[in-house]
Amino acid sequence: MSYVARETLARQADEILTTLENRELSKKERMALPQQEMPAQDPVARRETMSEVTFGYTEAQARVEAMRCLQCKNAPCIEGCPVRIDIPGFIKAIEDRRYDHSIEIIRRTSLLPSICGRVCPQENQCQERCTVGKALKDPFQSVSIGRLERYVADRAREEAEGGSPEVNAETGKRVAVIGSGPASITVAADLRREGHAVTILEAFHRPGGVMIYGIPEFRLPKSIVDEEIETLKRMGVEVKTNFLVGRTRTLQDLLDKDGYDAIFIGTGAGLPKFLGIDGENLVGVFSANEYLTRSNMMKAYDRERADTPIFQPKVVAVFGGGNVAMDAARTAVRLGAESVNVIYRRTRTEMPARAEEVDHAEEEGVIFHFLTSPKRILGDDDDRVVGIECLSYELGEPDDSGRRRPIAIPGSEHVIPVDTVLVSIGNDSNPLITQTTPQLEANKWGNIVADENGKTSMDRVYAGGDIVLGAATVILAMGEGRKAAAAINRMLRGEPEST
Amino acid sequence: MNQILAREQLSEQVYRIRVAAPLIAEARRPGQFVIVQLDTNFGERIPLTIADANPNEGSITLIFQAVGHTTQRLAALEVGDSIENLLGPLGQPTHIERVGHVVAVGGGIGAAPLYPIVEAMKAAGNRLTVIVGARTADLVILEDEMRAVADELIICTDDGSRGEKALVTEPLKRLCEADPPPDLAVAIGPPVMMKFCAETTRPFGVHTVVSLNTIMVDGTGMCGGCRVTVGSDTKFVCVDGPEFDGHLVDFDNMLKRLGAYRKQEQQAQEQRPRTKEQCRIPEVRS
Ligand SMILES: Cc1cc2nc3c(=O)[nH]c(=O)nc-3n(C[C@H](O)[C@H](O)[C@H](O)COP(=O)(O)OP(=O)(O)OC[C@H]3O[C@@H](n4cnc5c(N)ncnc54)[C@H](O)[C@@H]3O)c2cc1C
Ligand code: SF4
Ligand code: FES
Repeated sequence: MSYVARETLARQADEILTTLENRELSKKERMALPQQEMPAQDPVARRETMSEVTFGYTEAQARVEAMRCLQCKNAPCIEGCPVRIDIPGFIKAIEDRRYDHSIEIIRRTSLLPSICGRVCPQENQCQERCTVGKALKDPFQSVSIGRLERYVADRAREEAEGGSPEVNAETGKRVAVIGSGPASITVAADLRREGHAVTILEAFHRPGGVMIYGIPEFRLPKSIVDEEIETLKRMGVEVKTNFLVGRTRTLQDLLDKDGYDAIFIGTGAGLPKFLGIDGENLVGVFSANEYLTRSNMMKAYDRERADTPIFQPKVVAVFGGGNVAMDAARTAVRLGAESVNVIYRRTRTEMPARAEEVDHAEEEGVIFHFLTSPKRILGDDDDRVVGIECLSYELGEPDDSGRRRPIAIPGSEHVIPVDTVLVSIGNDSNPLITQTTPQLEANKWGNIVADENGKTSMDRVYAGGDIVLGAATVILAMGEGRKAAAAINRMLRGEPEST
Repeated sequence: MNQILAREQLSEQVYRIRVAAPLIAEARRPGQFVIVQLDTNFGERIPLTIADANPNEGSITLIFQAVGHTTQRLAALEVGDSIENLLGPLGQPTHIERVGHVVAVGGGIGAAPLYPIVEAMKAAGNRLTVIVGARTADLVILEDEMRAVADELIICTDDGSRGEKALVTEPLKRLCEADPPPDLAVAIGPPVMMKFCAETTRPFGVHTVVSLNTIMVDGTGMCGGCRVTVGSDTKFVCVDGPEFDGHLVDFDNMLKRLGAYRKQEQQAQEQRPRTKEQCRIPEVRS
């Protein structure tokens, strides 16, 4: 995809719209409308800045894109949405310029549309199933549901200014919500609305979870996450930062000493995996978590003002092919690396990252080494990284996940000279709470075991999000939070708990 | 929150403060530490060992050396001021048990984190020999406190201005040569000191515990920035430590990792003269 300037995209949409106003469109006409591209910063200019890459649709673009939707009776897109948003419903409302109605439809099932519109892997969810993409034989030509969601959500945020949902009369019940990522934010909102007193306990000095410390500003502006937290506070949710459950207080203490009536655990997947290869403790090797936390939460990219330093890279290797790897690579680009190399064992089609992020990374000059895997990291006498030794792979038979298994090619060892390595091969769950709460059941990967209502092996204790699913997505965390909150609300009303 | 209740200067660069932190005071055990951040927006997060705690008052005591940007700012706070962010207690508590004769070595400000361990080891019924070392007499801290608990207290300074003119490894070696040798050594101080203490005890087979102070960000096991090589394993100091078997720690790699940001900081120094905490190799452990 070649880059088209924002002004051009806006003008083209205006022109299309004038030819379409005030008349009924046929399916054929709708299918013939060009998909609206997301306006974005110039790829060269944005290498220098942390500010958000994409601008969001103009109103005309949103309406043209909405007109591409066929309003399918069976709405296969809804099946693909983890929280089953009424997608044709909210899109129709955009076409009709009923934006308040549109956001109202989304909010019935989703609490964080400005965030999900930006970070959901739509191409594997709603857009994968979209009839338009199917008919055009290209899933990337589906209706841009995520961009439309973002458009109405951002519009509503700009107009709302500090309102907050109504809260029922106080019930006198108290709930502790551990962590402050999307799962916890959802639980806190849904419980507080019922009139329960809710306290969020967050280990970091700043609430928001991965959306604050992991996902960079250029992809998800922190002000949007902060607004969600502010909304909770306005609803009366108490947010206690610098509180590490398992250390500052154990889970059992929260129930016994502090008298909480229920607990939700939303502590995420925050334990970086390493490959276990030679050289991983050399100077210049970082987990993506560390690199991203320094840059995002500690603001190390602001070298003038931040106290926290960040390694100044020249030639970078990033191990992995997910969103975390793309974020790490693109952060390194912005921090002035001369060359950033993503090392991935399979091919582009197997990359778990959102397609848009891979496109953006490529536009920004990130180099991809597919079918390549690191064997060891090489260092000099000062233990500083000087290169990585890699093996080349070829794709063999499909494995259990249906992806073709990469097989190493013997004798294909080769060295890529780099001075920085960012390891982004995934996260396990932090064992702190399970280690300090023997009664709480966890599986062999350390994930807390919970039933379909989020209920754990302990009475009055629920869990959801990455701590249950393993590293997953914002929307799944939010969906799990919804279900757990509903179950907690039932329990606090006196209905018997499941299991 | 986290108001400073008392403040005292122990030596030229060393300060002791008592901070209101009721939950930490209640939960903490010897060997654990806190993360301090003075400015939510742009401040860095640094680990400091808890030197003492008073659960009744709801306070903890921190002893630190003002050598970097954050510790210097911390030293400038007055009674009544607050620490914006204080997280803890972190890390595994010291394994306290009755083993017989324990030698506890504190280098420089390392005496501060050593003190609660000495107290607890004594309370568990051990015989305690404490070695406190410093560059010069003025930098010897907690002498009276240590004397009150230890069965024997040996002080040494590099320049001989107080106690023996010796490095801490010299009396440590003497003690190891005794028959029977000590049952356990605990060494806390600058990384180089801990390294040489471990080398000193190794030939005698005296199990030696060291407490590591690597660069940290979160202190909760999320980033891996604090990792060290221990034997053939990689360990996270903030959750698996801070105490490890000194005979297994790869100190050379740890020292190099501690210097990760030094070069670029030296270059930045010309434009912005101040030392980030994470860019120094701590002279002494705080
Ligand atoms: C770099 C990166 C990029 C990503 N990109 C995307 C994307 O584009 N799209 C997408 O859908 N998903 C993405 N994800 C995944 C997504 O962010 C997570 O699935 C989601 O945030 C999980 O939410 P959660 O509520 O379970 O926990 P988290 O967001 O992980 O939050 C957990 C919180 O709990 C706190 N905590 C942990 N332990 C304790 C404790 N003991 N006591 C108190 N607090 C504690 C943590 O500090 C943290 O703030 C990305 C993840 C990363 C790391
Ligand atoms: S599948 Fe596509 S075209 Fe059909 S309703 Fe959903 S978004 Fe519209
Ligand atoms: S400081 Fe981040 S894992 Fe230890």
